[in-house]
Order: sequence, then structure tokens, then C-alpha cells
Amino acid sequence: MNKAHATSAKAVTMTGARMVVQALKDQGVEVVFGYPGGAVLPIYDEIFQQNDIRHVLVRHEQGAVHMAEGYARSTGKPGVVLVTSGPGATNAVTGMVDALMDSIPLVVLTGQVPTFMIGTDGFQEADTVGITRPCTKHNWLVKDTAKLSETIHQAFHVATHGRPGPVLVDIPKDVQFATAGYIPMEQARTAHYQPRLQGDPEQIARLVEMIETAERPVFYTGGGVVNSGPAASRLLRELVDATGFPVTSTLMGLGCYPASGKAWLGMLGMHGLYEANLAMHGCDAMFNIGARFDDRITGRVKDFSPHSKKAHIDIDPSSINKVIRVDVPIVGDIAHVLDRVLTLWKARGSRVNRAALAKWWAQIDQWRAVRCLDFTNSDRTIKPQHALQRLEALTRGMDRYITTEVGQHQMWAAQYLGFEEPNRWMTSGGLGTMGYGLPASIGVQIAHPDALVINVAGEASWLMNMQEMGTAMQFRAPVKQFILNNERLGMVRQWQELLHGERYSQSWSESLPDFVKLAEAFGCKGIRCSDPADLDEAILEMVRYDGPVIFDCLVEKHENCFPMIPSGKAHNEMMLGDADTRGAIGAKGAVLV
Amino acid sequence: MSALNIKKGSSSHSAYDLRDPNAPVSETHTLAVLVDNESGVLARVIGLFSGRGYNIESLTVAEVDHQGHRSRITVVTTGTPQVIDQIKAQLARMVPVHEVHDLTVEGPSVQRELALFKVAGRGEQRIEALRLAEIFRANVVDSTLESFVFEMTGTPEKIDAFAELMRPLGLRELARTGVAALARGA
Ligand SMILES: Cc1ncc(C[n+]2csc(CCOP(=O)(O)OP(=O)(O)O)c2C)c(N)n1
Ligand SMILES: [Mg+2]
Repeated sequence: MNKAHATSAKAVTMTGARMVVQALKDQGVEVVFGYPGGAVLPIYDEIFQQNDIRHVLVRHEQGAVHMAEGYARSTGKPGVVLVTSGPGATNAVTGMVDALMDSIPLVVLTGQVPTFMIGTDGFQEADTVGITRPCTKHNWLVKDTAKLSETIHQAFHVATHGRPGPVLVDIPKDVQFATAGYIPMEQARTAHYQPRLQGDPEQIARLVEMIETAERPVFYTGGGVVNSGPAASRLLRELVDATGFPVTSTLMGLGCYPASGKAWLGMLGMHGLYEANLAMHGCDAMFNIGARFDDRITGRVKDFSPHSKKAHIDIDPSSINKVIRVDVPIVGDIAHVLDRVLTLWKARGSRVNRAALAKWWAQIDQWRAVRCLDFTNSDRTIKPQHALQRLEALTRGMDRYITTEVGQHQMWAAQYLGFEEPNRWMTSGGLGTMGYGLPASIGVQIAHPDALVINVAGEASWLMNMQEMGTAMQFRAPVKQFILNNERLGMVRQWQELLHGERYSQSWSESLPDFVKLAEAFGCKGIRCSDPADLDEAILEMVRYDGPVIFDCLVEKHENCFPMIPSGKAHNEMMLGDADTRGAIGAKGAVLV
Repeated sequence: MSALNIKKGSSSHSAYDLRDPNAPVSETHTLAVLVDNESGVLARVIGLFSGRGYNIESLTVAEVDHQGHRSRITVVTTGTPQVIDQIKAQLARMVPVHEVHDLTVEGPSVQRELALFKVAGRGEQRIEALRLAEIFRANVVDSTLESFVFEMTGTPEKIDAFAELMRPLGLRELARTGVAALARGA
């Protein structure tokens, strides 16, 4: 501490507001998603007077946070948000919790009333650090300009090291006006927060033994592989291909292993593939790589993969043994650990139990033969699954990024679209935030201006943040809003059908806008399609259009999303289609979420 | 296609049955948590316990290193071994937390709590209270003709025991600091 403060005496003196912009520049920030207000005016004044950092003016602060999430998830860099005090900060809360649940690195800067007014119920005062304490990985209220620049550097460090997450720095207005010495990035003290990257060699050796002896192995991968960076995906692919073990992934990890890969089983979990869930249930060796045994994955915990030895690699020690007890716990960064695993396994002769593995694959092929994603297509109405299959077929191979909203369409997108690379799939997994997809797609497009960015949406979710179409227009983000419009809160309707005696309480979308006219009102293109025969041409029209598109795809209203493991059931109690749903969910399952 | 089997108005089923039916019994652990003494750090720790449904039996906190601005939080908690492990992992990953020690498993430790007892009474009762205070090595820190304030340092059990004895003798008020604890040895 003394070192930094001694240097600050000689450092360049500037206002707190200028420090904010300087610190962002030093951190390599290119774009800030934000919305101004009284308590951040000095910072906006600084933004006005420079050209290095681009500011994207959103229409609602929640949109800013989801945009920053899309930006972060698709680039691997932290997303930056700037909002005012009080309502600006509270509007940003949902996005921060979303980022916390999905481990997305964000730095959120909020204005605050001046220090001498804190606690007086001043205009637009809210206890922002109090409100966001459980919504962030860490947060700071900076009461002294001399500490501001260092705190911002620490904020970037904390957001991006260890398990990534959102952090918040609350900056009172008088702190923005006052002057002090600027502490450059290299001099900021970050030594204390250095999460461990290397796994314990002894446990790594035990994991390698598991690889060598497994008869029915499965790799269960998650968002941690994406967060670890491109090297982690590369090493995962190497390990999967070298061992020949089957691999599945959570919703958050799609793309780490390519969907076209031989060993790919598809997504697992509540709406995961039959073969993936049965492999998890029947395996004798489970390798959890950067996933967290979420309840959408495990189903009934008591019956989760009952006969397997389990290894778990995670950078967050609190993720290990939280829900499922594991035999080989490894705390560390995925890329670091996989590198050690591969080196050791190769040094010991690259052995696997080939004979047993062949039998295991034969079993898996039988499960695959069930073809759990088959559905009854129609030539009169567009089936949502069909719409996604066509979207996939017509955009495969393009420089494509997909975001989603939350609901049935999200699960269908995960099932029917194929991801070949990490960072190409942005969805709200842990929090399940309707309204995530549209702003996230804009954030992705800002980071990748020439890419094809598609938000697979439900009509209800999409309305939650539709004001951001204005942002897309203003910043020329040619995002494609592919709305699977079933005029229903489809996922809610499905649960009501299966769990609540077909009493469809408040689960339909009444008084929907005319999406084509809405597109025109925003100044972008609207496309409506209701006939399967027109679908391909309509999708191509959307893809080719140079600008934002709202695509109103009118789909079958009562389609259910299968496979489904009902709440409170085990992996081997999966429902494959409507015929399986009779009496499927008991009283105990109905109380689960 | 009604799949609903719940009786109307029934509330007998409970949500989120994630607990192991053969869950091991609850244990009591004393944790020492060394933290940066920055604003909000106590709220962070307490928020972790309330937000995740952990128990706090006792909690003490004070800055123990004024130069380094370090505070020591001593928290006594109960839970199954799995929950205790979770609590430690959750504490350890917090940014201002430097060290987490489980004094209950890291070897022998000393645990002390300070308590003040206000006991009011006359005659025989008053003499009996004073006699017991001597046996328990409690100090008299205030006295009037009708009351004493005793100060006692000891384990929580000793304080409980003394409080039980004082109750029939006119215990009016009791203030306790919560447990402070250190590992034994160097
Ligand atoms: C902010 C928010 N509120 C409520 C929910 C609960 N919820 C989950 S899915 C869903 C329906 C979504 O409808 P839509 O966007 O049309 O998607 P669909 O299921 O029809 O594909 C609702 C209300 C949620 N996930 N997020
Ligand atoms: Mg819908």
C-alpha cells in the first residue's frame, strides 16, 4: 500500500471523472454500454471529450448490462457498463445477477449522490453497494478520489480472475469532481486476490487413473471451459479425440466441443438429449469439466448417476461438493489442469480400456437410435423445431453468433442448432432472464460488426426489452430477431399442461403488437412467415438484409419441448413425447421449480 | 392429458428436496475468518450466511491489526459436514477474506466469551449469588445495596451454567460478547 501511495504523490493529477476514463483506456476498454444521469454527468463530460472509448447509448439500463454480457461472452473480454445513481443502478440489478449466475466478467460503474449527502435520502440516492452486495462478485463504494483509479483497476482484476463475475464501483459525484494522483494499472495492488490456477498433482494423477480404467466414461463439460479461454476448448478436443470418450455439455458449455464431432452426445439436462442423459446415468466414470451440477442437470439428486466415480475440475472451490459429492476434486483453471492431465496421461502410455469402451459406444448408439429429437412435422403450420432446423441448415458455416431469450424456443435452439466453437452461443442459463437475448445480440454485434448475429426469441421474452431495437438502429447493429411466435408463454403453458391440470393461468400472449409494423416504426425490416413453404426464402431474406430485422415466425401454438426430465425425477425417467406425459409428474415433482 | 396428482389445497409436500435423506447429523464448528477491515465486510459475511441459509450461533468481530487493517471474525456455526465445508469454501472465495480457519478441526483451541450479569436481590439470595460468583471466579464490577453486576470470562458452557444458577437468584439482565477463539500452541 505504501508503495502505491508513495508513487501517487508524483503521479499525474486529474479529476475523478477523468480518472475513470483514463483507467478504462488503460484497461484496453473499447466500448462502454451506458445511460447518463445527474450523478454521472462529470464522467459523461469526459467521455464527450475523447474518441478512444465508444459509448453505446442504450434505452434501459437492464439492456446495457445484457449488452455488456453479450459483448463479454462473445469476446472473452470484460463488458463495461456506466449508469447513474438510484434508478440507473437498480435497473441494472437483474443483469448483474444474470452475470453472477453465469460467471460473466462485467465492470459496472454507477454514479452516487455526493459523499456528504449519503444517508440523507437524497434525490436519486439508493444504497447501491448494499443492494448489489449479493448481486456481484465484489463491489466498492469509493469515497476518496485518491483511491478511485486503483479501485477501478482492482475491479477489472477481480472481474476477470478466478471464476469471472460482475463487479460494481459506486462513485459519488463529489469524488468525480475532486482531483488526486492517478495510479496506473501496473501499480494497482491486486496481489491479494490470486485464485489458484494449477490443480493438485496428486488429484490429477487420480483423474488420469480414472481415464485409464474407465469402462463407461463420459465427459460432462460446462461454461467453465468457455470462461477458461480458447486453450481450454482446444485441450478438451484433444483429450476427447485421444481417449475416444463420449462428451456432453450443459447449456452454458455448448460449442466447446464441436457439435459435428464424433464423440458429441448433445446437451444434457432437463431438456437434454436421451443419449446424453442416459450416458450420465449409466456411466462408471464421470469427468465434470467446468460445470456445477445444477439442478437442471442432476434431476433428483439421490438418483443422479448412481454407479459412477466422479471427478470435478473447477476454479471455484465452493462449486466442488456443493450438490454432488465427488471422488476426485480438482481446484484449478480448466486449461491448466487439462494440459497437465494430457501430459501425464500421454507420459504413462495413453492407455484406455478399448474393449469396454467399444461396448459402451454400442450401448450409446442404441440410445442414439431412439432419435429423441424427431418430431412430427407439418406442411400446414411451422413447427418451431422445423424453423430452427431450417435456420441451422441455411446459416451453417457462416460467421454466426446466436443469442436467445428464455423459454421453449431457448431449449429448442440448444437442441437443434449446432455450435462448432466456444463463445458463439449466448444464453441466460442460471437466472433464466427473459429479455436477455435482444440486448445481448446487440452487444455481440458491437463486438463483431461483420458477423451474422441472430437472437432466437419467444414473443413474450422479446417484448421485455424490445426498446433496445432503438439502440440497434442508432448503432447500426444489424441484429436478426428471429421470433418463434406461439402467442403463448410457451414454457409456462407446457408446465401448466403437465403439472397443473391444463389450467392455463395467464400463459398466453394477448394484444401482441404487429411485429412487422413495429419493425417499420423502428425503421428496420419486418418479415412475417406462417407457411412452411415460404420459410426458407424468408430466412434467407432475413440473413441477406443489411440491417436489423424483426422476423415474426408464426409457429404451432401448443408444441411441447421434449425430451423432458420432469422436476424431481431421475435421468432414466425421461419423457420423450406427448404420449409419455400421462401421470408423469407426481405431487412431489410439482412443487419443484 | 391431466398429469396433476396433487390434492386440491394440499400443502403436505415440501419444495426443493435436495437434501440427502441419510444426511449426517449437524455439527458445531468455530471458524476464524481474517478479513480486510473495509466498509461492508461484516455485512458481506452475514449476508452470505443469511442468503444461503446457514446458521450463526455466535459472531464476534474487531480489528486485530490496526496497521494492516485486518479484522478477525469468529463465527460459531452448525451444519452437516457438507454444509460446514460449503461455508468455509464460500467464505474463502470472498475477495476481502484472507484466511479461513476451522478451529474445531485444526487441533485443540481455546474459546472464551465475556459476559455481564445483573443480579438483583436481598438477604440470603444476595449472599448466595455472591458465593456462587466466587466459585465461578466472576468479578463484581458494580454493586448497589440491591444488586450486583458480575463479569465473567469463560467458555460458552460455563456462562450458560452460571446464568442458570443466577436465574432463581434474581438474574435481571445478561449481556454476552460471543466467542473469541484461538488455536492452542505456537
Ligand atoms: C423475467 C422473467 N419472468 C418470468 C420468467 C418465467 N418464464 C420462463 S419461460 C416463460 C415464457 C416465455 O415465453 P416466450 O418468450 O414466448 O417463449 P416460449 O416459451 O413461448 O418459447 C416465463 C414467463 C422468466 N424466466 N423470466
Ligand atoms: Mg412464446
